Amino acid sequence: MGSFGMNQSNGGDPLLDVRNVKTYFPIRKGLLQREVAQVHAVDDVTLSVQEGETLGLVGESGCGKSTLGRTIVRLLEPTEGNVIFEGRDISKLGTRALRPLRRQMQMVFQDPYASLNPRKRVGSIIGTPLKIHGVDKSEQRQRVQELLETVGLSPEHYNRFPHEFSGGQRQRIGVARALALHPKLIVADEPVSALDVSIQSQMLNLLDDLQKELSLTYIFIAHDLGVVRHVSNRIAVMYLGKLVELSPAEELYQRPIMPYTEALLSAVPIPDPDLSHERERIVLQGDVPSPINPPSGCRFHPRCRYMTDICREVEPPLTSYGNGHLAACHHPLNVDKETLARATVSERYTPAEADEGAKPKTPAKGEAHPIPESG
Amino acid sequence: MAERLIEVKGLKVQFATEDGIVRAVDGVDFELSRGQVLGIVGESGSGKSVTAMTLLGLTRDRNTRFEGEVLYKGRNVLGMNEGELQEVRGNEMSMIFQDPMTSLNPVYSVGAQICEAIQIHERADKSTARRRAVDLLKQVGIPNADSRVDNYPHEFSGGMRQRAMIAMALACNPDVLIADEPTTALDVTIQAQIIELIDRLKDEFNSAVILITHDLGVVAEIADEIIVMYAGRVVERAQTRDLFYDPQMPYTWGLLGSIPRLDRPKQERLHSIKGTPPSLIRSPTGCKFRPRCPHAFDKCMEEPPLENRVETPGHLDRCWLSVAEKRQLRERTLSGEEAA
Repeated sequence: MGSFGMNQSNGGDPLLDVRNVKTYFPIRKGLLQREVAQVHAVDDVTLSVQEGETLGLVGESGCGKSTLGRTIVRLLEPTEGNVIFEGRDISKLGTRALRPLRRQMQMVFQDPYASLNPRKRVGSIIGTPLKIHGVDKSEQRQRVQELLETVGLSPEHYNRFPHEFSGGQRQRIGVARALALHPKLIVADEPVSALDVSIQSQMLNLLDDLQKELSLTYIFIAHDLGVVRHVSNRIAVMYLGKLVELSPAEELYQRPIMPYTEALLSAVPIPDPDLSHERERIVLQGDVPSPINPPSGCRFHPRCRYMTDICREVEPPLTSYGNGHLAACHHPLNVDKETLARATVSERYTPAEADEGAKPKTPAKGEAHPIPESG
Repeated sequence: MAERLIEVKGLKVQFATEDGIVRAVDGVDFELSRGQVLGIVGESGSGKSVTAMTLLGLTRDRNTRFEGEVLYKGRNVLGMNEGELQEVRGNEMSMIFQDPMTSLNPVYSVGAQICEAIQIHERADKSTARRRAVDLLKQVGIPNADSRVDNYPHEFSGGMRQRAMIAMALACNPDVLIADEPTTALDVTIQAQIIELIDRLKDEFNSAVILITHDLGVVAEIADEIIVMYAGRVVERAQTRDLFYDPQMPYTWGLLGSIPRLDRPKQERLHSIKGTPPSLIRSPTGCKFRPRCPHAFDKCMEEPPLENRVETPGHLDRCWLSVAEKRQLRERTLSGEEAA
């Protein structure tokens, strides 16, 4: 293939199109609650998700991955940019207009302890979305029991309370609740990071099965590249609100371009003492800087081991390296001369054009189009 | 031979509850010498945290019963009174807790919380204690420690809070450092930093470390010896390399197989251990892992003793399968072919 910005390999429009989305949070101070600064939680992210695919969204705490996830399901309103779901711009819809859409997109939350109401029975927790969307009462019970079975619990659990379940089982209840209305898109925000490894793998397998059975589309948010590898078709790496790398899953593991991705990969522990001693571990110094005043130039430069002067001053544009692999770096890794010569800057820094030309016109021409994506 | 610091013999900890007696720890033995890192691995509810807390006398209560011995430099911790215990706790043995968000007191500055231990145990005055607190924060890698020392926990990020916890645990140069899931609440990048830090500090302070975790990947790099716990018992115990390259207990295989591995090609399905850990009130008869074990057979109705069954001395396990059978069966689990 090798065509840059190939897009329509899955044929048809993406299920979800995120265009130049910015989500800022105001910081207010003083008696008059004047706005003194902004947290740039998500800063100009453009990506799309095809139906039936799983996009892994990876980054450290504070990189904006959860905010992006919440913006996509419209739990938050984007400050700028558009979220297009099934061809419809939902970024400015009001609560009432959003309600029918909630059927289509659901969320699974990170903390299985905090995301279930301790005073409600399981039946009512999973049944609430059905009730809100006007499913018949007699049908509700049956549907909930079906759902319990789908996620590997037993229908007898209907009348139990959340505290009677272990962490892994609670997370299954959270998944059942998300599935209640037959959604198309599920945004799973760190669904396994609170679980033991043995239970983690059960959960990952379950999500995998459900996707095949119910033809779901996932956005899978995690901080651990080891976990997302297993479920993702493509992976987006975020750092401080920016999308810094986007690539087909396996390629990212074999050929990370952005040094940040390289560091994230090397941080994943390997359960093999000899290998783990041998390999060179890149330990990132310090924490993610504040998104209130992000560093100049490349936002990763203060922690990057390849940093040079240009990184401090110029923000690297998101560049397409072919095969749907995008990265934003002045010193790309694992890229040979040829690819580098062919690499083209994606034009996503001109929002007006990007909006207009969001759909690729001539995807096979070998040129980057405004939103280069691979299916 | 390095100095023997801790010796645990036949430790049992039971809690009386309304529902019955919880046998949280049910016969655990191990030793720890200076300079050594011991990993204790198991799922939630396997008794690893209770074991660690008992070493510091933190599980004492009207409803708790102990059996066996916990010897610290030859003295039995279980028999100490509160005063003696206070001398040891935080001074000679200290603990890093799992959740840095809840284990720091939100209404005291980080510095004050570190100083407290120094002032109590070393009877240092305020300014000396403060200077030491700043030093410690520098040592654990907190930038601008001079000003950060007066910050409150909410002004620290998760990784920094965990560092502050470590600084606090190190305040009195303890001989034994017990880290209970020190990285579970953290990002992988920060996890790598913390593990490296613990490893470095162990050498600097010439102490011994007990590292408790549910993730075998975390201990692969730094542990010398590993104990795998299940339902309050030790089910396998070996030197780190032996445990990873010649694991004998099907439960250990399951733990190893569950980890998504970046060093290998992607598997179709991840191996997982079916079911959940058993109740500690009514635990299964025979081998405790039997109900979840894919290889269980008749003999498993009787509980296997913790014994050395392989060529390597000191490598103990609790499984009736013959060594040859195990070596054959485990390949499928470890390579991920057999996915439950």
